[in-house]
Amino acid sequence: MLRLACPYCGVRDQPEFRFGGQSHITRPDFEVSDAVWADYLFVRDNLKGMLYERWLHEYGCGRWFNVARDTATHEVRAVYRMGEAKPMFHHEQASSCQQTAKVGAP
Amino acid sequence: MQRYSLLNLARNALRGNKDWRAAWRTPTPKRGYDVIVIGGGGHGLATAYYLAREHGIRNVAVLEKGWIGGGNSGRNTQVCRSNYFYPASAAFYEHSLKLYEGLSRELNFNIMLSQRGVLSLAHSEHELEINRRWANATLMSGVDSEILSAADIKKLVPRINLESRYPVLGGFIQRRGGIARHDAVVWGYARAASALGVDIIQNCEVTGFQASAGRVRGVETSLGAITADRVVMSVAGHSSVLAQRAGLRLPITTMALQAMVTEPIKPALDSILVSGAIHAYVSQSDRGEIVIGGAADAYNSYAQRGGLPVLQGTIAAVLELFPSFSRLRLMRHWAGMVDITPDTTPIMGLTPLEGLYINCGWGTGGFKAIPGGGHSMADTIANNRPHPLIERFGLNRFENGALIDEGAAAGVAH
Ligand SMILES: Cc1cc2nc3c(=O)[nH]c(=O)nc-3n(C[C@H](O)[C@H](O)[C@H](O)COP(=O)(O)OP(=O)(O)OC[C@H]3O[C@@H](n4cnc5c(N)ncnc54)[C@H](O)[C@@H]3O)c2cc1C
Ligand SMILES: [Zn+2]
Repeated sequence: MLRLACPYCGVRDQPEFRFGGQSHITRPDFEVSDAVWADYLFVRDNLKGMLYERWLHEYGCGRWFNVARDTATHEVRAVYRMGEAKPMFHHEQASSCQQTAKVGAP
Repeated sequence: MQRYSLLNLARNALRGNKDWRAAWRTPTPKRGYDVIVIGGGGHGLATAYYLAREHGIRNVAVLEKGWIGGGNSGRNTQVCRSNYFYPASAAFYEHSLKLYEGLSRELNFNIMLSQRGVLSLAHSEHELEINRRWANATLMSGVDSEILSAADIKKLVPRINLESRYPVLGGFIQRRGGIARHDAVVWGYARAASALGVDIIQNCEVTGFQASAGRVRGVETSLGAITADRVVMSVAGHSSVLAQRAGLRLPITTMALQAMVTEPIKPALDSILVSGAIHAYVSQSDRGEIVIGGAADAYNSYAQRGGLPVLQGTIAAVLELFPSFSRLRLMRHWAGMVDITPDTTPIMGLTPLEGLYINCGWGTGGFKAIPGGGHSMADTIANNRPHPLIERFGLNRFENGALIDEGAAAGVAH
């Protein structure tokens, strides 16, 4: 089971959390084309590899936070608060970038 | 093609079954084709078959990175039905179900279609209301549908516990719904397509596209470049990954959908039972296994395996409905990577890159759509415009807002 470390409460099992999709999305200006608006509304990064995503600790503190997770291995590379910049990872330096790594054995 | 018949079966049995030939050829890829189909799942193979069969386009290759049917087409729980809510969906899925009804004969391959009824349960007054509305909408689209009382359900499914945690108050059934053998659908289309000249190439991964002047010219693969002016992607959970190589972003989320089977037992359950409220569905396969499925794991995943929480919730729900199943051992459980769209309606048709077509977004429910999907995609590719049945399923609906929200009909119901 996926286990996540809420920045406020610590490590908990996945059923306490709700997935909130990709993080760091900014709304474009209203005066944009339908294509740009559709991209904002419906299109999300869905790649095999690192995903920057939001989780809600629904059955805990009730707060949102960010997670950087590998969608192929479920390895959690970073947990960081809303408003913080997303951490950058380089494939080569994978292990050295590991922050509060919470590996959820899938 | 070596035809399958009683006579042939007997003849081969007498000769010790030494003369059976492989069901499809294993060719080496040519330098180019008229059409390349990426993905050897049911949709890709059916598309290739109908291109050859209905449109005379036989210089076709199906490129599969693993083995055919190794994706979701070989991992699903085989539910076939056409009782979708909106007319555009009902018309499409009904077309597909009708093709299924004649498919064993057409392919000379027994796909073991068993139309024993797909029954949706209601657990509250509100759900009863919605079920009635749904059943009536289905009837308006010309698809069979029947409202059942709790007593009717008990008669059909004697083992059901109507007084479960969420009591069963009624439901509705599509009697023409049922299950078909998923591997047989894949193998049947592969064999028939191969006999018409389609090259099925396994262990060949498409890694990129060749394009010039806004038009697709071919693909890069693990076996080298192959040219084609027309290319169709039907790679399910990997659609976003592949589309990115063509410079496209898709409104798709890839998630793990799990299923499981128990040890085989004697016939215990005839209908296919679905409950949206308790997130579970259950049927019995021809081999006697109880087949159980539920909701997708609600976060992006390419891990090809699911998490325990959904598994536990699904099993708990099924055991409430069938307490006697608690004695059964689970034999296997697995997951497939499903391609979910915001409105749970598929994405089919043309793309901004000329000559590149797309068939994806089937999410948790595209097995029933294999004949219809292949049939309408072949027509779309042959004529370079969407087949009338899939006009509403194009990528452009996300821009013009004409979504077809089948969340209720496609969610757990598959
Ligand atoms: C557990 C589970 C239960 C389900 N239950 C039902 C059900 O009861 N009823 C129903 O209607 N539907 C059901 N579905 C959904 C259904 O299985 C799928 O929608 C359907 O099989 C999709 O078919 P496809 O041909 O598009 O994809 P797939 O069968 O997944 O085929 C896609 C193929 O593309 C290949 N591929 C991917 N990338 C590349 C590449 N780069 N190059 C070459 N090949 C590539 C893959 O290896 C794969 O074989 C279920 C799915 C799952 C996982
Ligand atoms: Zn918390």
